[in-house]
Amino acid sequence: MERKPIYLDYSATTPIDPRVAEKMIPYITEHFGNPASRSHSFGWTAEKAVEEAREEVAKLVNADPREIVWTSGATESNNLAIKGASHFYSTKGKHVLTIATEHKAVIDAVRELEREGFTATYLEPEPNGLVDLEKFKKAIRPDTVLASVMLVNNEIGVIQDIEALGNICREEKVIFHVDAAQATGKVDIDLEKLPVDLMSFSAHKTYGPKGIGALYVRRKPRIRIEAQMHGGGHERGMRSGTLATHQIVGMGEAFRIARLEMKSENDRIRILRDKLLQGLQSIEEVYVNGDLKHRIPHNLNISFNYVEGESLIMAVKDIAVSSGSACTSASLEPSYVLRALGRSDELAHSSIRFSIGRFTTEADVDFTIQLLKDKIQKLRELSPLWEMFKDGIDISKVEWAAH
Amino acid sequence: MMQKVYFDHNATTAIDKKVLGVMMPYLEMQQGNPTSQHSFGRHARTAIEEAREQVALAIHAHPTEVIFTSGGTEANNMIVHGAAIKNPQSTLVRSNIEHPCVARPMEALTRQGWHHDLLKVNHDGVLTDEAYKNINVNNVSLISVMLANNETGAIQEMSTLSHFAKEKKALSHTDAVQAFGKMDVRFDELQIDAMTLSSHKIYGPQGVGALILNKRSDIEPLIYGGGQEKNLRSGTENIAAIVGFGKACELISESFKETSLLTRELQITLELHLKELGAVIFSEKVKRLSNTTFFAFKNIEGSTLLTALDKKGFAIASGSACSSVNKEPSHVLLAMGIDEDLARGALRISFGNQNTLNDVKTFIETIKKELQTLKQLTAIAA
Repeated sequence: MERKPIYLDYSATTPIDPRVAEKMIPYITEHFGNPASRSHSFGWTAEKAVEEAREEVAKLVNADPREIVWTSGATESNNLAIKGASHFYSTKGKHVLTIATEHKAVIDAVRELEREGFTATYLEPEPNGLVDLEKFKKAIRPDTVLASVMLVNNEIGVIQDIEALGNICREEKVIFHVDAAQATGKVDIDLEKLPVDLMSFSAHKTYGPKGIGALYVRRKPRIRIEAQMHGGGHERGMRSGTLATHQIVGMGEAFRIARLEMKSENDRIRILRDKLLQGLQSIEEVYVNGDLKHRIPHNLNISFNYVEGESLIMAVKDIAVSSGSACTSASLEPSYVLRALGRSDELAHSSIRFSIGRFTTEADVDFTIQLLKDKIQKLRELSPLWEMFKDGIDISKVEWAAH
Repeated sequence: MMQKVYFDHNATTAIDKKVLGVMMPYLEMQQGNPTSQHSFGRHARTAIEEAREQVALAIHAHPTEVIFTSGGTEANNMIVHGAAIKNPQSTLVRSNIEHPCVARPMEALTRQGWHHDLLKVNHDGVLTDEAYKNINVNNVSLISVMLANNETGAIQEMSTLSHFAKEKKALSHTDAVQAFGKMDVRFDELQIDAMTLSSHKIYGPQGVGALILNKRSDIEPLIYGGGQEKNLRSGTENIAAIVGFGKACELISESFKETSLLTRELQITLELHLKELGAVIFSEKVKRLSNTTFFAFKNIEGSTLLTALDKKGFAIASGSACSSVNKEPSHVLLAMGIDEDLARGALRISFGNQNTLNDVKTFIETIKKELQTLKQLTAIAA
């Protein structure tokens, strides 16, 4: 039987917390009503549960429950926010500003706007993954209608200065969208203070179920969006479709737990991550991708120099990790996020994202460090490049003969 | 507490225990992201592909024709939007009794340069050949006609739709959300290009559905991102729900014939008694789902009767669940030319596999008493 690998891919998806599953199940079995059914108690029970969950989601980010719109996940939230707001305010202008290291769901929604006749800027971040405020400000044009910046990057875990970026957007009268899919339960979010107009959330990155997410839509000042899904007029017309009550309940519970346990969990995870970092840094020629200070404690993204990417992934199959973002790891292209940081294709290919979570133990981390130490050494023993490096040859200056 | 009788299966159904059984491991155990390459991800991927085969088998389609969505609403929006974007300025045609999630996206597109035309149902709620002949526009990109109506249960003839769409070189689509699981639905025989399914109407979980799209049809996505579902529907797959939907499809294709016989018997009994009490039954004379009865009593306020019946333990609906938020009379009945006052009194009963003849009998006794009380009240008021 295949031995279960150690799961260190919490940024791709998290398991459902058992407490969340327990809360969801009655809404699959007994309270199965359609929350839009106003004519009987099956519907009312479902509707009540949906509204309680909405309050929990709002509480985690200090928003008004009326500002929370349910969606099928962060991908839909990002599409709804970016296309919905850009369409609605398109008379103001048709330029959209985003960052080159955003999640595919943001990049591709912006690309779709380009096909519709909008123009877009994909601003390059600094080599540490953070956005330079001056460059951001300069990239805003008179016809910029919306800017979209993620709070926490999915691959390298860096935290952007959303408050400062939001203030720039306010000054320039640009609608500001933030993808917070990777941030909930990991960093404090206070939407009463943050100058953010739209914010995307996902449940399955925060120990909730897959298939459910939310979009925060600010009420004061009121932000308008054009619906992307029309129909029964659910969610005040912004998103039609029967709500999956059990999934919503699950997201509410997951966010409630996140609110209560975030601080102690982050402390514990930080200790584990620092241990992992220390252990891996004892290996020669490793590079941490992304700023270490402005970063969630859960993430460590490391490039192992002089190791071939595919063999690296094959060698570490006793741990479940990502070689890029989960959503693009089906392709063999090097991570566009790492390339935007200025990493060479080789270094991008030989990088690993370790993401630590609620159920990671110290033993898991110890095992991972030892595994990497062993495997990297073995792979390098086979590598002529490593040999050349050890002989003091600067490989970047070698002129390879063409075949 | 009083035993509840659920007569609102066209709104949503209770999940089958066997469906829940296959979903549980995906709710309780460590699961990967189906796009991840490690073994957690690969297991999730395999589960999704198995579910895709189950869905395909149940409706006689090819697994590659199944695109998972977050539900029927998304699938309908996706085909309307997706076909329209491929053909700028084209005309979108639908029947005038479509669910809002077909009608509203078409209306939204008319504000962006597309055109919109309606096929009009007759007094019985079905489209005749004449309805199609009245559509004279060319450059039609999509024609959408629901297989069975959610309110009346009336079934539309698909061959007319198919022929007409071919003649117009347009994509044909049917919203089969209500029909699937209540009658035999065979995608390969219907000769249409696209079809919408929903899981929670067939004893599967809420939050998942599918667009069935034949391989010749080319549409644009509605949601962009990671490129899941062959680039047609991005977003991390809702594994637990997809697995549940697959199982629900497998179960329903084994049981729908038996359930239809049961609900037909209940329907006949119910309607016999309702008519004795003076009810008008909509779409009574046409081919109709065996589980749906849409009816009204003249001069009886629908919402009053509904509340009274709920207090007695019967969950029924007034019109469709989605629009029961607003007080407007059913748009389906108005499209059929039913008098507005009568339409306002309309109530819908939709049976499912757990209902019994005894449920129907107690319901009839209850409604008799409630009608008497209401009539006395109206008499006093007069």
